[in-house]
Amino acid sequence: MSALAYPDRITATYYLILAAGLFTIGAVGLLIRKNTLVMFMCIELMLNAANLTFVSYASALNDISGQVIVFFTLVVAAAEVAVGLAIIIAIFRRRQSVNADDVDLLKG
Amino acid sequence: MAAVVFFACAAAVLIGALGVITGRNPVHSALFLLVTLVSIAVLYLQQHAQLVAAIQIVVYASAIVVLFLFVITLLGVDKHEAPDDAHPLQRVAAITLGVLLFTGIVVLVHGNDWVTGAPSTRGALGVPATGNVETLAKSLFTSFVWAFEMTAVLLVIAVVGSVVLARRSGHRPEVPEDDTAAAGVPESEGAAP
Repeated sequence: MSALAYPDRITATYYLILAAGLFTIGAVGLLIRKNTLVMFMCIELMLNAANLTFVSYASALNDISGQVIVFFTLVVAAAEVAVGLAIIIAIFRRRQSVNADDVDLLKG
Repeated sequence: MAAVVFFACAAAVLIGALGVITGRNPVHSALFLLVTLVSIAVLYLQQHAQLVAAIQIVVYASAIVVLFLFVITLLGVDKHEAPDDAHPLQRVAAITLGVLLFTGIVVLVHGNDWVTGAPSTRGALGVPATGNVETLAKSLFTSFVWAFEMTAVLLVIAVVGSVVLARRSGHRPEVPEDDTAAAGVPESEGAAP
């Protein structure tokens, strides 16, 4: 097996490229889906990509603050999910739908 | 060995993420999200972030995914979901933008050595064999104590806000579809019955 296909050591670059791929998938999903619940999951994917980047840098630079910031990101993500799902429930109660296209009250 | 674990988890992360955005049923999307989150926790363990991996499992893979599944089943949107196919042009544009974004990041990562800067400005990770809970806690309660207090405020605001948003408004029967008349009224009436 060549060194390119099977590296001896996984450097931070591998993790960064994986995080870039995960972020891209989340962004594309956010653009093409219309179910607000799935759009929320795509936001979680992007947050996780950012967290993976933070942990990779913490590991590469041997610095603890990257992991502390991941802790704060998790708290913000938990708060965001709680409030966001409450908003989705409130919209569903009025519109009987979770489709983003049905929320068009501001459309001229 | 590390490479095997990394590539297996990377494949699981990407397959789970693709499953999230392609699944027709929101329940399937939530379960694929679980695959992605657990695989990321394994990748955290590989990078000596034991506490973060544990929090990832407890908070993300348990609490948040269960909350998603709870809302999906509560609303019953898994049964009668309309085919939410985007406009074909929109889909093509989104995928093109995604490919551009990914190639841009990869070119940047490969073109430069990104991991520069002074190492260990806020303290080292600690001994990898024994875990880094103590190191992380020390940093959290000294350097980042103000931000830590602010997260408590944020969580209280989020809890109160979600209760206010999700509460059934008022004590009268629900008015089905009357946006102009009902907008803004239920909150004030619910506060002073």
